[in-house]
Amino acid sequence: MSAALLTDLTIFVLALLVGIEVIGKVPATLHTPLMSATNAIHGIVLVGALLIGITAHTTVGYILGFVAAVFAGANVVGGYVVTGRMLKMFRKKAPQPELESLDGHKGLRGLADRVGVGRGQS
Amino acid sequence: MTGFTAHVGFAGWIQLVYVLAAALFVVGLHLMNSPATARRGNQVAMTGMIIAVVATFVLLIHAGTVTTTGWIVLLAGALIGSGVGLYAAQTVKMTAMPQLVSAFNAVGGGAAALVAIYGYYQAESTGGVLGTTSVFSVLDVLIGSVTFSGSIIAAGKLQGFIGGQPIIFKGGRLLNIALAVVALGSGAYLFTTPSLPALLIVVLASLGFGVMMVLPIGGADMPVVISLLNAFTGTAVAMAGFVIQNWALIVAGALVGASGSILTKLMADAMNRSLANIIIGGFGTGDSAVAIGGPVDAQVRSIQADDAAIQLAYASKVIIVPGYGLAAAQAQHGVAELGKILEDHGVEVSYAIHPVAGRMPGHMNVLLAEANVPYPQLVEMDEVNPEFPRTDVALVIGANDVTNPAARRPGNEISGMPILDVDKAKSIIVIKRSMGHGYAGLENELYFEPNTSMFFADAKKAMTELTSAVKTLVA
Repeated sequence: MSAALLTDLTIFVLALLVGIEVIGKVPATLHTPLMSATNAIHGIVLVGALLIGITAHTTVGYILGFVAAVFAGANVVGGYVVTGRMLKMFRKKAPQPELESLDGHKGLRGLADRVGVGRGQS
Repeated sequence: MTGFTAHVGFAGWIQLVYVLAAALFVVGLHLMNSPATARRGNQVAMTGMIIAVVATFVLLIHAGTVTTTGWIVLLAGALIGSGVGLYAAQTVKMTAMPQLVSAFNAVGGGAAALVAIYGYYQAESTGGVLGTTSVFSVLDVLIGSVTFSGSIIAAGKLQGFIGGQPIIFKGGRLLNIALAVVALGSGAYLFTTPSLPALLIVVLASLGFGVMMVLPIGGADMPVVISLLNAFTGTAVAMAGFVIQNWALIVAGALVGASGSILTKLMADAMNRSLANIIIGGFGTGDSAVAIGGPVDAQVRSIQADDAAIQLAYASKVIIVPGYGLAAAQAQHGVAELGKILEDHGVEVSYAIHPVAGRMPGHMNVLLAEANVPYPQLVEMDEVNPEFPRTDVALVIGANDVTNPAARRPGNEISGMPILDVDKAKSIIVIKRSMGHGYAGLENELYFEPNTSMFFADAKKAMTELTSAVKTLVA
């Protein structure tokens, strides 16, 4: 067994334990967003897909890399956006109706906040 | 490939950045244990992801071996995938959330399998496969492929492309075992002999196994299956991390694998079913619809909106019990409106959330949150059950099996399943389209209780009628 493999295994086991520890405390209310968030996190496979490019110099390599990148890209972007959408809805009190209409522009919302557009309403 | 990702030199620094990204994932997940900090948690995790992806591009540029075609292929792929994911995530209805999560599981697992398939193809074409790399490659391909096809079937079932009923055919179980044997056998063969055709057999047999694994599982068990497949994807990604010796993949995959397994167990416990029981299937067939000692000739009491509204408006404590029927009818906004009117009128309103209400763990919470119900009003089963005896009206909307008192008795399909003690409320109003059975195919004894009234209507229509009736009363 190589030292590198041993390191990898150690990291793997410790990460498993951290995963169990961190999730155990999450209330049922958040189980769906949590599942969605972990769903987005496994989109990290995008890194693996991109690394294919280092050695891919044949048609087969390109095809495999392309499909993996499409899959992983959809996973990671979709996963985070949908989790964000869900979590945005959890509020302690019923919000003002104005906030709702702003929520329609999901992707632009953060940008709008940053540049100060529509700040008067939120 | 390993030459560039070994833990030395420049790649070693990149690994350190990956560790930072992994730490942000852990912090992000940790922040998800309260609704107040959950949004920040997601943003922290997303930051980790961006850091990891940027570091990867830096590594790719530094390596300098990516061809022009390679760049075009990778960037085009990532952008197309991102676009599709973004569009799907922004347009999906909250009721269709489980399908989408399942679809993301499919592509995540598929990508993980492809990473290993490529790694194997590459190593083999340049001569020889390392023993250890091969073990993880085979596991990655196995789990990734099973997740890919299984998640597609699960999503298809939830979306209604494939019947929600368990699909069981003669010899199905035998075929399943045969596929598993072939997949594992070819995988084991790969440990000793590098062979691309054998790898292809592993892929095909695993894909077949994924399909055969999910087909016989009933729609009611889908929440558990999705959670399980999520854990599978995480594990496949971790295995891919071993294949390319990448810490970001190993840590993130392990986190998801562990959390997914725990969620799956919580779900299975909530339904009082073992995982093995769910996977083997047979539940929710609807064929076993036997009235278990239920009073077959008993009469149910039917009620109209006006009478129901009077009960609600003059109650001092109302518990609303939402079920999948509510989600299916898209009635969550109507319910929230009714709840708010009652609340403003001085009625104490809360929502009783069964752990398996909806189609994913905690799905009902999301649907009600979407309708702007403040989350402190959503009460979990263990907390709400002692409240029922001092509740004037329990309003059951499209929930069935989780309210059936038959679960307290042994000897039927839902025996031992934790239920909401709705029958202990002073009066019960059940909104339901018909006397049809729930997923367990059982008659619900609650409907025959003397203090139960049935309001036969589509949940959305019922909410509109009830709301306007209550409005005239409280005005």
